[in-house]
Amino acid sequence: MLLLGPSGSGKSTLLAAIAGLLARSGAGEAEGTLRVDGTTGVVFQDPESQLVLARAGDDVAFGPENTGVPASEIWSRVDTALAAVGFPYGRDRSTAALSGGEKQRLAIAGALALQPTILILDEPTANLDPLGAQLVRGALQRVLAGRTCVMVEHRVADALDLIDRVVVIAAGGGVIADGTPERVFGEQGAALAAAGIWVPGPPPLAPPRRGTPSDAIVLEARELAFAYPGAIINALAGVNVTLRSGRTVALVGANGSGKSTLALLIGGLVRPSRGAARDAGGADLARLRARDLILRVGSVFQDPEHQFVTGRVVDELTIGPLRAGRARVEARRLASELLERTGLAALAEANPFTLSGGEKRRLSVATALVTAPSALILDEPTFGQDRLTFGQLLALLADFRDGGGALCVASHDPFLVSALADERLTLVAGRVR
Amino acid sequence: MAKLGGAAALFLALFLAIDPLTPAIILGVLLAALPASGLAPRALVTRAAPLALAALSIALFNTLFGNGGIAGGVAVGLRLLAIGLAGLLALATIDPTDLADALIEHLGAPPRFAIGTLAAFRLLPIFAREWETIGLARRARGIDESSLGDRVRGFAERTLALLVGAIRHATRLAAAMDARGFDSGLPRTRARPRPLQAGDRAWLLAAILLATGATAASIAVGTWRFVLGQ
Repeated sequence: MLLLGPSGSGKSTLLAAIAGLLARSGAGEAEGTLRVDGTTGVVFQDPESQLVLARAGDDVAFGPENTGVPASEIWSRVDTALAAVGFPYGRDRSTAALSGGEKQRLAIAGALALQPTILILDEPTANLDPLGAQLVRGALQRVLAGRTCVMVEHRVADALDLIDRVVVIAAGGGVIADGTPERVFGEQGAALAAAGIWVPGPPPLAPPRRGTPSDAIVLEARELAFAYPGAIINALAGVNVTLRSGRTVALVGANGSGKSTLALLIGGLVRPSRGAARDAGGADLARLRARDLILRVGSVFQDPEHQFVTGRVVDELTIGPLRAGRARVEARRLASELLERTGLAALAEANPFTLSGGEKRRLSVATALVTAPSALILDEPTFGQDRLTFGQLLALLADFRDGGGALCVASHDPFLVSALADERLTLVAGRVR
Repeated sequence: MAKLGGAAALFLALFLAIDPLTPAIILGVLLAALPASGLAPRALVTRAAPLALAALSIALFNTLFGNGGIAGGVAVGLRLLAIGLAGLLALATIDPTDLADALIEHLGAPPRFAIGTLAAFRLLPIFAREWETIGLARRARGIDESSLGDRVRGFAERTLALLVGAIRHATRLAAAMDARGFDSGLPRTRARPRPLQAGDRAWLLAAILLATGATAASIAVGTWRFVLGQ
């Protein structure tokens, strides 16, 4: 069963209730009854925060240990579960050395080792690159036979092969559709899409281009290299990128291929070990002061929370212009203009960390736009967003582009890339292929 | 457990004695046993180098300014080196998962504490990544950290942002552990039971023998001096 609903409708809360996790958290109020006939195993979204132990086999054994399975039986359960998900390594493999897709398959094995009759999946492929997601879906296909499954998945088209029932819940509570995928999407597809829910079929399109791009070079990087990989920065070698006014470059490639590193280098945030990213005037972006950089290039990170530096939405928007030397009145004017454009005016006084996922994303893009840079670089901007936010984001980015801005998106999202890209750079192991 | 016990026995002997002979004997045996530790020589050198440097400088300092002269300085240096090496060998060869298992099995530590700590340690690399990301994200927001004041303020703000993320990660990990029945009140079984075996006992015995032997030898030679008995 696929559980759908607009963001904020309580899908994850319902999954947690079925898994018996709400009773333990003790927070909030509950009413009504919930009857679960069977045992549950849960796979969550984030591969980084659901593995417990350092060795793969030990991690799968964790659930059986907790539930008191005799030691003699645990390891046969572990081996069966690892084989079922197609885990490519032995029990002693370090869990820290796994890719995101491998971690998720290990998490599925960890749930299977409990021999649950109900498998609960909370967006199990959302954090993965397309290849990793495909392998996880393949593993799920094998293990779902003969088992009840309740699953939340944003990108419905990807889950269609796994499901035979769709239940849609409304934001205020209540079920608004329940039936086979054919019936639910056939009868209510358009209404669901309008409510911001991803449905099979064509994604929202970018608004048609206004005017003709001037194609003037806004940012140019030659022979960029980064040789000293850190915690978040992968190595990169010999990369050339040119961003032009009114055009969009998409950076694509698997996780770890260097997309995000390249975004950081051309955004002037990390100093390359060779080459330089320069603006139209020839200034080396990595050597500019931050307050000068934000007038030329805006960077939007994958997790909006990493970029929030104040306690109020409106302050997030005035801080850029103020840093860049604008007067307070002017900064306030720019901020309220952006708040209107991004539909956040009513939230001006709110704390950025309390916004919904879609609102956080729009705010983080607005913080980069408010200093009117000539180039905007975004890392996975549509990650985890519902259809509504996806459409709003496309409109915002197309507007920037048509106003003469140069866009660069690093993304796995085929919908985003096909909607915007004029040029694609495919990265493989730190090089452009 | 045997490794920790062995190291503890050696620590005790080294703590009690402030003469040069006791640590020299222990140090000699530990050095001779190094090849059996299974540590790569290179890793060992990089880990032991700061230790050796510290021991040398303290020995020098004590020789010059202490009241024991060269003998006193050498004794202090040897003592520090032997304590450091025993600790290093014990820690570097203990696997954290094995340690948690052993604490639960042999010392009766609550699994909630031992496994919870183990799981929390797994989040450290994530926090390192977030710290780096937050720093770069701040530059993207126009925040320079060139002056000292900027940096101090920046450090406080980055720490707060890291804390928000840390709580989110920890909450998720806790939910994932709950979902797998952790600390649910059921009696827990152990997938990796590891009763103390003959080999472990032998290690522990060898360490105790070394500790007492070194002490006895230095008493017999007449150089042994009690830490409090100046």
